[in-house]
Amino acid sequence: MKALSPLDCALLNQVQKGFPLEERPFAVIAQHLGMSENAVLERLQQLDAEGVISRFGAVFEPNTVGASTLAALAVPPEHIRETAELVNAVPGVNHNYLREHEFNLWFVITGRNREELTGSLADIERKTGYPMLDLPMEQAYHIDLGFPL
Amino acid sequence: MLDCALQPETDGELRRLIVLALQEGLPVSRYPYRDLAYDLDIGEDTLMRHIQAMLDDGAIRRIGVVPNHYALGYSHNLMVVWDIDDDQVTRIGTELGELDFVSHCYRRPRRDGWPYNLFVMVHGRSQDEVQQKIAVLRQRVGDAYRDHTALKSTRILKKTGLRLRRED
Repeated sequence: MKALSPLDCALLNQVQKGFPLEERPFAVIAQHLGMSENAVLERLQQLDAEGVISRFGAVFEPNTVGASTLAALAVPPEHIRETAELVNAVPGVNHNYLREHEFNLWFVITGRNREELTGSLADIERKTGYPMLDLPMEQAYHIDLGFPL
Repeated sequence: MLDCALQPETDGELRRLIVLALQEGLPVSRYPYRDLAYDLDIGEDTLMRHIQAMLDDGAIRRIGVVPNHYALGYSHNLMVVWDIDDDQVTRIGTELGELDFVSHCYRRPRRDGWPYNLFVMVHGRSQDEVQQKIAVLRQRVGDAYRDHTALKSTRILKKTGLRLRRED
């Protein structure tokens, strides 16, 4: 586990939300923190190299650009491996977790629209033959403002 | 005569390419938007205008750095699913979603053999901490409670969308 210095915490909290849409956003961040733009860039690149940062980009609201759902399959334990491979090979599958439950294979799948998504799900159901849950988000109650450190 | 306004279809296609690029990631560089615009072969102004429009209409929740929870010691997470009275699920969901240890809180449909309508993702630094947090959730749910179960993840079989653009 990586212990963060107070300055690293301040920096990571600052860059998680309200990121400036300006030509030189890190210069704006640097000003808030009383650091130089170079120092901010260097520190972030270092944290990235250390694996503390998983990504820098945009977080999209589900289903505003294309369609997505959370799906689960009830797979007999001895068939997990080949089923996971089959599911992972389907275009649009971007997370796949094994969980302790009768429905044990949980994955997020996206498509350009609901029709494409329904087609991919039907494909998975047909190829695997296992019971499947299709659980599209109906309402989000959490406003994702980052993870306070 | 030249029509300088982008046609809707062209604009939609460009929007899609921008979305894909923003999901892939921005570089940690002095001019991240300019660098990305260059990769997309569009002007920096055009890129920033599209991003602003998506921030305004809510398609983009936020732009920024996504920390790696695992590397920071928040290695224990549980997907806790609840069967909550339909009349109260909005109130309960809103309340649980505001807790700082909850990273996702969604209403989803019930299915045959699947009675759970509220999904809550809980993060913690230890198994005990996560269990304590579930107890807090249970208390908050109060009388609206019908059932719940926690689905521990035992293995990550695929995780993308958490890619770094810089390969160096």
